[in-house]
Amino acid sequence: MAGNFSGKTKANNSIYAGSGTWLMMPSWLMIGFFLLIPVGIMLVYSFLTKEFRGGVIWEFSLAAYDQFFFYRGLFGDEPPTIEWTYIGIFWRSIWQAGLATILCLLIGFPTAWFIATRGGKNRAIWLFLITIPYWVNLLIRTISMKFLIRDNGPFNEFLLSLGVINEPIHMINTNFAVQLGLFYSYLPFMVLPIYASVERYNFSLSEAAADLYATQWVTLQKVILPVVKPGIIAGCILVFIPSLGAFLAPDLLGGAKNFMIGSLIEEQFKGNAGNWPFGAAASMILLSMVLVALLYYAREQSKSEAG
Amino acid sequence: MTANTTVSIQSVTKRFGDFVALNNVSLNIQDNEFFTLLGPSGCGKTTLLRTIAGFEDVTSGSILLQGKDIAGLPPNERPVNTVFQQYALFPHMNVTENVMFGLQRLGISNKEINQRTSEVLELVQLTEFTKRLPSQLSGGQQQRVALARALAPRPKVLLLDEPLSALDLKLRQAVRLELQQIQHETGITFIFVTHDQEEALTMSDRIAVIAGGKLQQVGSPQEIYESPENKFVADFIGETNLIEVSVTDVSDESAGCTLPSGVDFQCQAAHGAKVGLGHLSVRPERVSLVSSDSGLLQGTVSRHIYLGTDMHVEVTMSDREIVTVRVQNSVDNHVPAIGDNVGLNFETNAARLLVD
Repeated sequence: MAGNFSGKTKANNSIYAGSGTWLMMPSWLMIGFFLLIPVGIMLVYSFLTKEFRGGVIWEFSLAAYDQFFFYRGLFGDEPPTIEWTYIGIFWRSIWQAGLATILCLLIGFPTAWFIATRGGKNRAIWLFLITIPYWVNLLIRTISMKFLIRDNGPFNEFLLSLGVINEPIHMINTNFAVQLGLFYSYLPFMVLPIYASVERYNFSLSEAAADLYATQWVTLQKVILPVVKPGIIAGCILVFIPSLGAFLAPDLLGGAKNFMIGSLIEEQFKGNAGNWPFGAAASMILLSMVLVALLYYAREQSKSEAG
Repeated sequence: MTANTTVSIQSVTKRFGDFVALNNVSLNIQDNEFFTLLGPSGCGKTTLLRTIAGFEDVTSGSILLQGKDIAGLPPNERPVNTVFQQYALFPHMNVTENVMFGLQRLGISNKEINQRTSEVLELVQLTEFTKRLPSQLSGGQQQRVALARALAPRPKVLLLDEPLSALDLKLRQAVRLELQQIQHETGITFIFVTHDQEEALTMSDRIAVIAGGKLQQVGSPQEIYESPENKFVADFIGETNLIEVSVTDVSDESAGCTLPSGVDFQCQAAHGAKVGLGHLSVRPERVSLVSSDSGLLQGTVSRHIYLGTDMHVEVTMSDREIVTVRVQNSVDNHVPAIGDNVGLNFETNAARLLVD
């Protein structure tokens, strides 16, 4: 006999769940108006000709994509070569966002585990503390961080006064500062989904593993991590994707040398130096990369569930 | 402790803060024995099981497995396996992977792992479901996977924590027989925890009755049912009438007492029964109804309770105490009507003086 005998009433076959169609309407409207339409506009703009003071001329052109990928242009007289500048910026962004995701996971998993294993009241307090940074705007928080880690900021002053260092550690305008900013901004996005799956974790599974001769390390690898995996993956997506497009931290903490995609795109739409089609093209390239990554993940996921 | 003792629990005490979960418990469990820990919820039976598995440490005392003290070892270093109450199957692994989990940690060859896995799956009749995830199985099938998973490493002792409590009645009765059979076939010592006295009586070689963290009595199902040592055991195992008597003399295994009706009566006595006020335990099926001018006790029928094959007739005596009589529902059995005056009779060997 096939089917699920677990005895629980599934939401989708209970009359109390309703049909669900109308419940989704507001979301569909929001997504339609404020996501699909703007993305459509961007897609169109990326194939138009640039107007020198910002804006576009309604004339089809591949110039934006050409500028992104090729030095001297694909359609020029001389043979084209790959333009590494923008690919380099993309690569740095992926690298920074990936590192931020790994750091957030390494710090966020134990944090989430700690919170999920506290008693009822303490747990609520810890969760509340996690959300406190969100009371202050991200811009303000990033500027404060810039102030804290600059050469003559409190952090260096403190270490100097202790005599741990003789001259200030230079952190501002480095990749390290950008990384610090990303890690700090997105850590809660890692903690909360992992917390949600650890909270549902049945600790008798760990007892069963120990009973079957697994050491704590084996239990973590073979039982705990696979069972809480959905939370870990949700956390990684929620950290990686916004980190990839982040522009506050790279702008304020990284300076011009440590550009990330977000800043590159932002530049194109700001002031007179902008190039709207180029900004739109960079956005579309970023968007398609994220989509490919998510589709790949979804396919792997359904494969492993079917297997 | 003798040479064929598998598990020896020696003066084990377990405290959780101020709460004493186990109070100086000593027990010897023999090789190949189906041993049951029986008691009401919160009595400490599960705690005792968990100290044997290694999930709880003991406050004092020691636990010997084949003569070796294991009290300090973590669960993964103890050659015992557990069938958990809610099964605790790994949800991301299919049936085969669940069963192989313990085997893979034993350092045996892949060939042997596969062979043993298919052996136990056959033993529990799950060969058709090897690729299913736990969520795709019924409760009874999940229970078998849990059993197979715990049996596969061939533990010296199998611990079962109320494994049948999540199953419905029909299934529970079938699984009882299967469990007994598997225990016979494998020759593994089973330590079985339950609060269900019927389960304990039908399956066990020996039963330990536990209440309030203390051992009340250890013995075969027959000993426990027919010769309870104290009021708790008599009352918890099956149904019984507790009749207040004044004990006049106690000798080795028998005692003389005076019944509420004033009749002097000679009965069996539990170890440690004392002269003075005491309680006599008489099972409802051992009491017979006689005419109101005869019998050891007299009273009035106050209630009938219909049980299907049997009927309970409650008789209220002059001191307002109630004695229940079990009568078979057969054609020629005359059941007195409510309000009838009746006499009650029972044999010397049916009544046992208990330790209060």
